[in-house]
Amino acid sequence: MVKPRLIEVRKDILKHNDDLAQELRARFRAAGVYVANFVSSPGTGKTELLIQTIKRLSERFSIGTLVGDVETENDAIRLRETGVPAYQIQTHHLCHLESAHIDKALGEAGEYFDVDSLDLLIIENVGNLVCTAAYDLGEDLQVVMVSTTEGEDKPLKYPNIFDRSDVCIISKMDLAEVVDFDQEQMRRSIDAIKPGMPVFELSAMTGLGMDAWIDDMSARIEAKKGLHV
Amino acid sequence: MHELSIAMRVVETLTEDLAGESGSVTVVRLRVGALSGVVPDALRFAWDVACRETRMEGSSLDIDEVAARIWCDSCEREQTVPGAFRMLCPICGEPGSRVVAGRELEILSVEMATDGQA
Repeated sequence: MVKPRLIEVRKDILKHNDDLAQELRARFRAAGVYVANFVSSPGTGKTELLIQTIKRLSERFSIGTLVGDVETENDAIRLRETGVPAYQIQTHHLCHLESAHIDKALGEAGEYFDVDSLDLLIIENVGNLVCTAAYDLGEDLQVVMVSTTEGEDKPLKYPNIFDRSDVCIISKMDLAEVVDFDQEQMRRSIDAIKPGMPVFELSAMTGLGMDAWIDDMSARIEAKKGLHV
Repeated sequence: MHELSIAMRVVETLTEDLAGESGSVTVVRLRVGALSGVVPDALRFAWDVACRETRMEGSSLDIDEVAARIWCDSCEREQTVPGAFRMLCPICGEPGSRVVAGRELEILSVEMATDGQA
């Protein structure tokens, strides 16, 4: 009997995504664009936070956004009301954005905004704390958001995404009292998964805590602009 | 996670890579780490569906499961940690300073039979 042939493959399953993400990263670096990817559960308040962030940063910086949703253009429409270009990616079935989506969107959005001329590219990911963790999009910053209404153990329930994110925003602080939000317990949860992670507690609606967040983002964008020759 | 999507990606990659090889695929070997976000049983379940009407149809999936390992600064050695939850050293309880293993999600190899023999 002839022996079956063994063929070595040794390929990372997500290699294609990671390779493309690195290409995107190099492109963004060459153009001096700071790229931030926002992940959260559905309903945490990403879009509202981004609207308020854009309103405060757009005086100083040139901004563009890419928004991912399974269906509808609703978030892009809302973001456009700030006056900056927003391009909607509809995945139709996929629960997360991949670098291929970003690459394709930048090509399609080319007539609409020139990404290489931007100071800041915001990527609003699909509302999902599980699958979004595995897909590098070529970003400089991954922001995980959780709101006061979701429970202080959220980071413990989704350790992977919290571990892989760079900063955490706790949103809807204006509702903290009404839902009996335990700030200390939330901080402990975050610390258990990613000790020392920068945390911004804010309310996009009332403006509470927004200054610290805007200052931090401004510094990051300036730093990347400074590297651009 | 979305194991069917992952399984389909494996099938796509192999269909491309094995285009120059003759014969049928009998075994596909993957390495899945505890921190990869992929559940081996769910992947096995999705495999047959993903293979339907492709060159991989009829092949079996062999998964090498890799446990999470961290480097502990206090103990100055690698430690295996159970599960995929908190990366704490099982000996001294300190958080590991880095993940050494467990994030793998790889296609290792395939076994192929010459047509007419599988």
